[in-house]
Amino acid sequence: MLLISCPNCGPRDETEFHYGGQAHVPYPENPNALNDKEWAQFLFYRDNTKGIFAERWLHSTGCRQWFNMLRDTLTYDIQAIYPMGTPRPDVTVPAAAESGTASTAADSTTTGDSAPSISASSIAPAATPASATAPKGATK
Amino acid sequence: MANTAALTGINGLRDIRRSPAYHLTEALAAGSVPGKVVLNEGPFQTMAGVRVDPRSEAGSRIAAVTGGLPAHCGEVTGTDSISVLWLGPSEFMAVAPEAAHDSLGGNLIGSLMEALGDAPGQVVDLSANRTTFELSGPRARAVLEKGCALDLHPRSFTPGTALTTEVGNIPVVLQKTAENSFRLFPRASFAEFLGRWLLDAMREYASPEVP
Ligand SMILES: [Zn+2]
Repeated sequence: MLLISCPNCGPRDETEFHYGGQAHVPYPENPNALNDKEWAQFLFYRDNTKGIFAERWLHSTGCRQWFNMLRDTLTYDIQAIYPMGTPRPDVTVPAAAESGTASTAADSTTTGDSAPSISASSIAPAATPASATAPKGATK
Repeated sequence: MANTAALTGINGLRDIRRSPAYHLTEALAAGSVPGKVVLNEGPFQTMAGVRVDPRSEAGSRIAAVTGGLPAHCGEVTGTDSISVLWLGPSEFMAVAPEAAHDSLGGNLIGSLMEALGDAPGQVVDLSANRTTFELSGPRARAVLEKGCALDLHPRSFTPGTALTTEVGNIPVVLQKTAENSFRLFPRASFAEFLGRWLLDAMREYASPEVP
């Protein structure tokens, strides 16, 4: 069970959340200009990163707000939690994390800093949640 | 004439209204262990779902009606007669006694709608959406802890706060009203399951404690 630190509610069990897939997939600027293959790429093709992955989560039984998370798909270690619409933070991987084989290189997903403008939190957080990091050892 | 008939209709409906756990009334009384843990279904309460940006002008107008809007998770604001529970950064639930409902002479829903005006947001009458279970007694926390992952210890869950969570796998808003008193707000269709789940969790306290 992951213990996920919701930016609004604090640490809660994974069962209160829903997974929202890869983060930072920008909506095409001109969808009409795409051919079928490119449109399918946008809709269905996602990275399958081994290592640190930027993904969206919804606190569905809590505050019902979306947020982004950097999670290591190998160790389930949560590296960062940050609001929708903000760019992927730089996370320096501690040497002890043994991420030698995991690619942390920037991939196509890191370029889009435009999250969907309909993000539920767009009219929200009173206190801007700083990039809350999960408590140490919380992810085991 | 039609209007008069409608009004008496509302009053007549009140008499035949049944709460979601009404059929459990006797079971709740039988399953309660006075001095240890007591469960009953609260009266019909007036509830309004409010979505508004608390920092906006409309947010201030609504806060003036409700006695403030909670600023963060867990906070409950309000007056003697209204509690406002935090559901999200821009989502709140106002809870007031039954008589505050517009159909019974009150004006909670109407005054909230008026306060919101044309501003972005919504005020929805959710009085029939959830029912209220009142769980109290020195063993109340132990009962909840059987099916709630939150830290319910008094050092972290203090009286006068409320959290959205799950109890017995049922999504509820859990409000702590006093040291040993809790209110659970499950949606109406979960009332039977949660009521029976709580009764089951309470059963052991009817027996003598094994040292
Ligand atoms: Zn949350």
